Amino acid sequence: MMLAELQRDFQSWLTSASTDAAARLGAEAGLAVYQNNYRAQLVGCLEQTYPQLRRRIGEDEFLRVSIAHIDSHPPHAWTLDRYGDDFGTTLAALFPHNPDLHELAWVEHALAAAFVAADADPLPLDAWAAIDWDKATLRLTPSFAIRAAVTNAEEVWSALWQEHAVPDSAMLADAGGLIAWRRGHVSRLRQVDALERDALLALQAHGSFAALCQMLVERLGADDGVAKAGALLADWLSNDIIIDAV
Amino acid sequence: MSTTLFSGYGLGLRKEHYRDFLESDVDVDFVEVISENFMVDGGQPRHILRQIRERHPVALHGVSMSIGSADGLRNDYLQGLKRLANEIEPLFVSDHLSWSRIAGFNSHDLLPLPYTEEALDVVCANIAQAQEVLGRPMLFENPSSYLAFGGTMTEWEFLAAMTRRTGCGLLLDINNIHVSAVNHGYDALAYLDGIPADCVRQVHLAGHSQGRDLLIDTHDSPVSDAVWQLYAKALTLLGPVATMIERDDHIPPLQELLQELSTARGIGASARAANNASTAGILRITEAA
Repeated sequence: MMLAELQRDFQSWLTSASTDAAARLGAEAGLAVYQNNYRAQLVGCLEQTYPQLRRRIGEDEFLRVSIAHIDSHPPHAWTLDRYGDDFGTTLAALFPHNPDLHELAWVEHALAAAFVAADADPLPLDAWAAIDWDKATLRLTPSFAIRAAVTNAEEVWSALWQEHAVPDSAMLADAGGLIAWRRGHVSRLRQVDALERDALLALQAHGSFAALCQMLVERLGADDGVAKAGALLADWLSNDIIIDAV
Repeated sequence: MSTTLFSGYGLGLRKEHYRDFLESDVDVDFVEVISENFMVDGGQPRHILRQIRERHPVALHGVSMSIGSADGLRNDYLQGLKRLANEIEPLFVSDHLSWSRIAGFNSHDLLPLPYTEEALDVVCANIAQAQEVLGRPMLFENPSSYLAFGGTMTEWEFLAAMTRRTGCGLLLDINNIHVSAVNHGYDALAYLDGIPADCVRQVHLAGHSQGRDLLIDTHDSPVSDAVWQLYAKALTLLGPVATMIERDDHIPPLQELLQELSTARGIGASARAANNASTAGILRITEAA
């Protein structure tokens, strides 16, 4: 058998336990070890990426989702760290009516991704005085991630993380957003209201501070809009969410 | 093989021991890290590795190159490893004689190769590419395996041919020799006699477990007596090597691993003394003649 054929047979054995492939490869006991290693490693990877989700839904249920994910998503990336990237898709398919779980999974994945994202080199605070704000394009930190939020997933994740009493999942009175980023070496998570979510999404899309001010003025009126833009900017700068301007 | 000869004793660096290594003077000559854990864009892992590198020589040991893939290597992987190696200036860059990936599928396991001329051609072409991109010779580790394909050569013959054709070096995992020898019923001493001893630059020592039918290379327990004995035998054949205790699961307190490393140092000292005595004997005989 040519090497490429042997390797495709091995893939078939690992991903679908193909008996035809196994018969061509031989040595049943050895194949079983590799099959077990393959699946155990992927389950372990998902457990490490989503520890709080696992606690939330329970070990048996987490294993059921993991097995479904492994059966439908063979790994492709060279790094095992990426294997959990699509887990939210499987979770959404098995729990279509649980936005709380979708958001909790997003939180864990976003924080893990932020932990090893590219380092930021924030502009010193005194350098911001020289920025031409009418023309400035603001740059978010490389670790920044954002999504819409409709549940109290941030509160649930924080309680699980701190091993406090975990609240029941609940819908937010007003939908907002979740942001994750890294400041220094520490990943951070914050729930934001709809206005800040939209402001950050706009900034992520085009980076223009002038356009951001325009959007806020249209929403809040001239005085409140400009004041809000200033307040948001100050907060983003002080938390290293925005790191640079060009 | 032009890698600088290095002789010393080290540990596989695991996150459970980061603090020990950063806050105290740990008695090791080098540490080995899993390359992929640090092939990230930024953040704390790279920061910690830079700090460790200021204190100790570092060997980079990979698990994802997939040197036996029939459809070649991934350039993005090679470029990532090159960036890391250029920054860290490692003692060695190593990976395994195995394959993990085919046609976009990645098993994330070290899968066995058939020891055939065709596989040798594939492995050697891939090693040549990797060494060209990295700009340095690599070491490749003999695998532990649970399945043997009918090939045209033994594993040690394959390793010898591979080093001759590519100039790569060997990372000899003594535990893997023992595990595979038991699983496949061959003689571990014949294996040691068959490898090109002058190409071995590094040695791994680790523990294994007894599975239902086979020995399993679990790296989750102390080095076994059989592996210590094989290590002592290996040192009578090898030149200067870096020896390392490798533990990947059930990580014990650092002191426990340092005690194992002390055992390795003791065996190494005995082997050196025996080798020196043997050499002196040869010299005396030569002088008498």
